[in-house]
Amino acid sequence: MSDLSTRERIHPGTAPGEDFHLEIIGDGDFDTAEMSLSIGPAHPATHGVFRIVLDMDGERVIGARPVIGYMHRGFEKLAEYRDFRQIMALVNRHDWLSGFSNELGVALAVEQMLEMEVPDRAQWIRMLIAEWNRVLNHLMFIGSFAIELGAITPMFYAFREREDIQHLLESATGGRLHFTYNQPGGLKIDLPKGFMQQSVDLLAQLRKRTPDFTDLILGNEIFQARTKGVGPLPADVALSYGVTGPTLHATGVPEDSRVTEPYLKYDEVDVHVPLGENGDSFDRFSCLLGRIDASLDIIQQIHDHMPAGPVNQKLPKMVKAPEGSTYVRTENPLGQLGYWLESDGGRTPWRLKMRTPSFSNVQAIPYLLNGVLVPDAVAVLGSVFFVVGDIDR
Amino acid sequence: MTDLVLEQAVTFAAQSASLLTFDSFLLSVAAKIAFALGLFFVVPLVGGYMEHKVMARMQHRRGPVEAGPFGSLQLVADGIKFIQKEDIIPRAADKWVFAAAPGVALVPGMLIFLVIPLGPGVFALDLELGLFYALAISSISVLGILMGGWASANKFSLIGGLRAGGQLIAYELPLILAAITVAVQAQTLSLVGIVEAQSTFMLPGTDINVWFVFPQIIGFGIFFIAAMAELSRPPFDMPIADSELVFGYMTEYTGIKFAMFLLTEYGGMIIMSALMVVLYLGGWQLLPGVPLPGCDGAGGLFDCGWLGTLAGVGITLGKIMALVFVMVWLRVAYPRLREDQLQRMAWIVLVPLALLNLAVVTVAKVVF
Amino acid sequence: MATTSAPGVGLLKGLGVTIKHLFKQPATQMYPKQRPDLAPRTRGVIALMDENCTVCMLCSRECPDWCIYIESHKETVPPAKEGGRARTRNVLDRFAIDFSLCMYCGICVEVCPFDALWWSPEFEYAEYDMGKLLHEKEKLREWMDTVPAPPMLEEGAVAPAEVTDAIAKKEKELEAEAEKQREASAAAEAPKSKAVESGGGAPKKADVEVKGAGEIDQETFDKLIAEGKSERIARSKAKAAWVRKEKERLRAEQESAEGGAEGEGAGEEAAAKPKAAQVEVEAGQIDQETYDKLIGEGKSERMARAKAKAAYVRKERARLTAEQETASAEPATDDAQADDAGAVEGADAEPAPAQKVADVHVEGTGEIDQETFDRLIAEGKSERIARSKAKAAWVRKEKQRIIDEGGDA
Repeated sequence: MSDLSTRERIHPGTAPGEDFHLEIIGDGDFDTAEMSLSIGPAHPATHGVFRIVLDMDGERVIGARPVIGYMHRGFEKLAEYRDFRQIMALVNRHDWLSGFSNELGVALAVEQMLEMEVPDRAQWIRMLIAEWNRVLNHLMFIGSFAIELGAITPMFYAFREREDIQHLLESATGGRLHFTYNQPGGLKIDLPKGFMQQSVDLLAQLRKRTPDFTDLILGNEIFQARTKGVGPLPADVALSYGVTGPTLHATGVPEDSRVTEPYLKYDEVDVHVPLGENGDSFDRFSCLLGRIDASLDIIQQIHDHMPAGPVNQKLPKMVKAPEGSTYVRTENPLGQLGYWLESDGGRTPWRLKMRTPSFSNVQAIPYLLNGVLVPDAVAVLGSVFFVVGDIDR
Repeated sequence: MTDLVLEQAVTFAAQSASLLTFDSFLLSVAAKIAFALGLFFVVPLVGGYMEHKVMARMQHRRGPVEAGPFGSLQLVADGIKFIQKEDIIPRAADKWVFAAAPGVALVPGMLIFLVIPLGPGVFALDLELGLFYALAISSISVLGILMGGWASANKFSLIGGLRAGGQLIAYELPLILAAITVAVQAQTLSLVGIVEAQSTFMLPGTDINVWFVFPQIIGFGIFFIAAMAELSRPPFDMPIADSELVFGYMTEYTGIKFAMFLLTEYGGMIIMSALMVVLYLGGWQLLPGVPLPGCDGAGGLFDCGWLGTLAGVGITLGKIMALVFVMVWLRVAYPRLREDQLQRMAWIVLVPLALLNLAVVTVAKVVF
Repeated sequence: MATTSAPGVGLLKGLGVTIKHLFKQPATQMYPKQRPDLAPRTRGVIALMDENCTVCMLCSRECPDWCIYIESHKETVPPAKEGGRARTRNVLDRFAIDFSLCMYCGICVEVCPFDALWWSPEFEYAEYDMGKLLHEKEKLREWMDTVPAPPMLEEGAVAPAEVTDAIAKKEKELEAEAEKQREASAAAEAPKSKAVESGGGAPKKADVEVKGAGEIDQETFDKLIAEGKSERIARSKAKAAWVRKEKERLRAEQESAEGGAEGEGAGEEAAAKPKAAQVEVEAGQIDQETYDKLIGEGKSERMARAKAKAAYVRKERARLTAEQETASAEPATDDAQADDAGAVEGADAEPAPAQKVADVHVEGTGEIDQETFDRLIAEGKSERIARSKAKAAWVRKEKQRIIDEGGDA
């Protein structure tokens, strides 16, 4: 890289209709100039409307500025005008790949404020569906990360599995992405007949099929060459940015609220948290893959445990949280999701603050992108797992 | 002046013992052009259809099913769709270069089909310098890609175009070195001559007839990898790299121009596969040492009846499709390499290996 | 973590995986030709049973998108009795759902206190014109034909209140019946036939009224006479047998007639006619007759298909139920009781053919698995976590033990 400090930077981007220009700045000798490349808001690698402006010297990135907010939908404000039943249908839409886990956070917060005892069966079923949701989410990212590295096939394999899981969850909840299955105090309705058997069968099927991903991607030498040592994130930097989930586990920090402060019945099952060492793209991906197996193990334990009993309780016509506030954090598929719920005793929350995992994870991107090549930038973007709706809310 | 050109053209045409040579010069030229064009527009479509289907089945999909029987006319339908699309030229683009680029990329592909022998006598020209001609012409198409990348006035296109240029320079060398090794072994640059040489090539010290792929398995591997890289086929598709560069040098192209770039890619697959069949896999021979029905001449490969001719063409096309299948298979299975990794592989691994291969074969040729 | 093996092995494995899939059947569903198999709970489209709507406006108010439009007027109903008070009631004029706004959360269906709104899995109502997504009352009523019966609940679930109430009622009836039977048989001094008789006369459905004018079941009569019973006893028992059979027949008729009202009163249906609900009908086929008729009436193809599908299911279910009942009517007396027992115990009673881990119920009173406990403590886990996990481990082991024993037996 040549010395860029003495030169002026080009104004980023060219206005529409303006002629394309690449200014040569220097003393007349052959010289290079920085180029600013705007990736997104509509770019294949940003799967959503996420924009990142790269300052580049040739193909090397010397600066990165994420521009977020293209998809801001005002969830927190909307929630102040919705009662808790309506919020359930709202929050499963900010991270659309982990709808059930989002609902769960709000339900737990409301239950905590009402000091409600949730029936055992409801808690186990919530765990079962949350874990299936986690598998659903991780499969998506396995596919999309592979696509970003140019391997098209894993996406199709992942989507075949996703289709089966979605079908299973649809039979219980009625939805494929936006489940809307929780309500304060439990679940809307018990599982349909045959669900457990289907779940057992699907588990066996997935156990048979997931090794394909290891063989096809993780073990592939090209994949390893593309990801090992790319975008390493040290544990302390990760923690200082508030990175959570598989991205944090890849750095070797075993922070997972299912283990450290178990909610639901996670203290009654063994939760394995796969960890990485270097925090590079490869570790992030292998943690993601490992988490699928870990979730399948949990699902297996849930199958063995499922108690009988009610799944909900009689609710008043309008659920009102008492005056006060609470903070609930759950381990969402992408990291820690926190809901800070403050109520003035009315039918709607006075304030619902979200701490979404994608937002925090994305903060580490400028650090990670400094000095990498464009292809590696894509490998980094694909392995810092985020959902744009979850960033912008 | 005109007479001279005509005279040269006549001698040019007369060089070959092609079935497409007629008494009338114009008829001959027309037949040859029709042959090359026909090949160029039909065989890539078959290859493309196979890519669609094979890729789909490997990804447990069905691929095209609606257009034509088993979706076989899908690419034709796509072509018609492309023609109907709006032809957009970006305002900031260098219009003439932008418009010319797809043509510059496409035409060399058509020209190479002139020298490729499909069967006994089934070729347009048997040039003395056939191999040289094919390799030289195929390098031109990258010019079109560079032009497209530059003229689009798009940063993604520019990066894509430059990557393509760098990739071509890096991989032209091992490709040519591998091809030269074959020429050394066959002692001719004529593609028909190389096929003939393979039908009579015996393993040193024995009377077992083998194709050049056996003594030159390394050369074949180098040629295959280099060909994939030259064609920007995955896993070497960095110039296109849809997840990084949107669509590389093709980003700004629409409609028929885009289709021309696509056709260049599929045509290139067929050309490179055909060259590999001719150079290493014995051309239209079914198995080493087995003559075609009704043929005699060297190794039972020439002066054939219609049956032998047809069989020869079928065998060549079959081998081409087998190689295309492998290319598709690699595309399905592998992620993309990085540009610098690709360059490193070319200069540190492939070029020295190709030189070594050339040296070994040359020495062996002199010794035996 | 991937194990590092010889270079190239990973590349070959990738080729292996893809070529393996080349020879497998594709997973693609050929959608327009092959209909997707959607679960009954699928949130496809909202159907309206407008007779049930009382214009309470709950759905409209609860809708997060405000996409339900309701208009109504008040009507005065003349007094039912002379001198009574005239009453007013709401009459529904317009009920429309704008599916271009709907976010398919299902709150309206959930809050409806009168079961006027239902989910249907139908999804093919996309339009080129956004305005056409505003479905009016008539359109919403048509969707009602596509609403499937709700699925039974999974084992271990608590049955809904309607079902538990019905079961309690049934239990009471059965008890009373059994009491009566005992008295009757004691009076008749026929202890041997007690087992045969008890519970046999229990009506499965209270509302089936059979009025007999002394008809007797000849077959039963002959059998009893041959057994040496007195004529009086034989006659009374034969009369009872006739009533039983008649009820059976009537119920079968009623059920086939009720087939059209599937979806209504799901809980009651599940409680009162477990057999009808358990009859599995392979969906997806259509009733050609209905289809032709509807097409002839100028209905759209999609609508005709949906209705014909529903008609097919209805017919098929009626047929299967009738078959099942004739089959069960043959061993007459004992069977009815078995059915009733099934109804009382609910879904739990079904014996699973192969014992699944999940099916075994282990009741622990706080036993823990010492081994696990020690291990976890040694791993530095807190005592609470160690205890709860050890408890879980004990239950797991116990289940395994029971299954193993069951397998041996």
